[in-house]
Amino acid sequence: MNAELGSLELALRNRCAGGEKALVPYLTGGLGKWQECLAAAVDSGADALEVGIPFSDPVMDGPVIQEANQRALSVGATPLGVLNALSKLDVGVPIAVMTYYNIAFRFGLERFAAVLASCGVAAAILADLPLEEADPWVQAADAAGVETVLLAAPTASDERLGRICERSRGFVYGVGLLGVTGVRSSLAESATAIAARLKARTHKPVLVGVGVGTPEQAQQVCSVADGVVVGSAMVRCMLEHNDPIALGELVGKFRQSLSFAS
Amino acid sequence: MTEPQAGRFGDFGGRFVPETLVPACEELEAAFRSAWADAEFTNELNRLLADYAGRPSPITECKRLSEELGLRLLLKREDLNHTGSHKINNVLGQALLAVRMGKTRLVAETGAGQHGVATATAAALLGLECVVYMGEVDIARQALNVFRMKLLGAEVRAAVSGSRTLKDAINEAMRDWVATLQTSHYCLGSAMGPHPYPWMVRELHRVIGTEARAQCAALLGGDPDVVAACVGGGSNAIGIFSGFVDGDACLVGVEPAGGAAIGRGTPGVVHGSKSYLMQDEQGQVLEAESISAGLDYPGIGPEHAHLSAIGRARYECVQDWEVVAAFELLSRTEGIIPALEPAHALAWVKRDCASLAGKTVLVNMSGRGDKDVDQMMEHLGER
Repeated sequence: MNAELGSLELALRNRCAGGEKALVPYLTGGLGKWQECLAAAVDSGADALEVGIPFSDPVMDGPVIQEANQRALSVGATPLGVLNALSKLDVGVPIAVMTYYNIAFRFGLERFAAVLASCGVAAAILADLPLEEADPWVQAADAAGVETVLLAAPTASDERLGRICERSRGFVYGVGLLGVTGVRSSLAESATAIAARLKARTHKPVLVGVGVGTPEQAQQVCSVADGVVVGSAMVRCMLEHNDPIALGELVGKFRQSLSFAS
Repeated sequence: MTEPQAGRFGDFGGRFVPETLVPACEELEAAFRSAWADAEFTNELNRLLADYAGRPSPITECKRLSEELGLRLLLKREDLNHTGSHKINNVLGQALLAVRMGKTRLVAETGAGQHGVATATAAALLGLECVVYMGEVDIARQALNVFRMKLLGAEVRAAVSGSRTLKDAINEAMRDWVATLQTSHYCLGSAMGPHPYPWMVRELHRVIGTEARAQCAALLGGDPDVVAACVGGGSNAIGIFSGFVDGDACLVGVEPAGGAAIGRGTPGVVHGSKSYLMQDEQGQVLEAESISAGLDYPGIGPEHAHLSAIGRARYECVQDWEVVAAFELLSRTEGIIPALEPAHALAWVKRDCASLAGKTVLVNMSGRGDKDVDQMMEHLGER
């Protein structure tokens, strides 16, 4: 069965097999020393990486990732530029790109899927492509061997969550709260709630992101979830320090906190 | 014009939103469908449109300007509605719907401020909390409307990202809605966005076209030759077109040259639907640039994309200087100071008057120009 799994799901399942927790940091592509930061994240214990392809209108993102998108675009980041850089990066863990549907649509869906595959990208997350609109992209991605990670939000009915789990590849991305990406002072109750609802419906890895901003919050949500996606906290570190060492230390703190989660 | 199938107008439309918003869109669709079929709801809306907004709006025959242009020019006077534009039709409907859905807060975006003022007005009328997002650039050029919104009890929040205009105000409003959807209704101001908005907003503005067709029948004995309206997102245009689309009148949407989604755009997906969009080769959305804050939008409602694709409507674009000339012309010849938005439609009529010679042209006068007087005073060097 494992032979049919994509490399992202396989890596996450391997990590979680013995009850361990998965850590997926998110960094914005094209921003400062992002490639060195990705490598540092892996050295500090990231199981996979999520790389944002900057978009002009990131409606699912809060102020930190918006700022990162704008800065990256202002220094000339392009989807192909980010993807070419990823193709040359050998970090030893699977990479998922996160962007908005218009980037893929403008490429042409088949072409975008093919470019991802040829650049060694394992998976894609399209923040504004919900289940009902996903068919054309998912078919193109499946054909190219690219895993499409779907988001599952607290607003969804159980029946809807079931359909999302069925269709998602790589992992199921539980949205931790009602809102956009960003660090909050405490973990929303909805974060563990969505993790529990998803765990009850799928054997795929369930990772929670959006509103998971500190090692303590990551540990809390991983009392239920299989792992976390940490975005704004990582990107804020990049915006403030642009330093792979600082980023690596931050990832290390999250890694350490997860070793205490069970 | 019928209901879109699965939220689509031909190849355009859809519901491209973050997963969190899908159930909210579904809830809204179901609520509107039920309200729109409920006589109690439509009677209440019609009562407000009459007693509060001042409908029906008249049609004015422009004798002097018609003579000057060599055609017969009629204006559908949406500028005479309460709050000074067509926007009130949509917001009264959506605000009543919000109450019906048990929501206590309205979120809106605004460009020129007309939709923001209309939303703040409806919120005041129905006792709802109201937050309006407005681009920082637009706040500076529409100070009067910002103050009006505050007087009406609304909170105006600046959108400081991106181009800091209408498109960014929509991004901020959507981000607010994602976080507050349990208590808030997103009162979207144009016939765009995810399904059901393009359809719902058109239905709420259908009254413009329905009235206009009956008024033309009484005045002309039939439809005009041409129906023209300005298009940003396209709500006033889709409202008046809806009255004539099943007839023979030529439908013309007029875009600003700096925000011509159909004229200069390509198919794309932003703000919830697939439509035409001004974007670069990589799919980054371009910043629109127009003298009129209300039309400063790089996209267009999906039904307009469809009407263009099937050839039922055509879309022209005009330059800012032509808009200013039309703004002055209507003021001087008819004693009507138009908003800069409908001045786009007039600018096209003026430019193409030779090919329109002898024809009857109905222009949707979507708003009055009071809000633009300050900006025009500066532009025309009067200070």
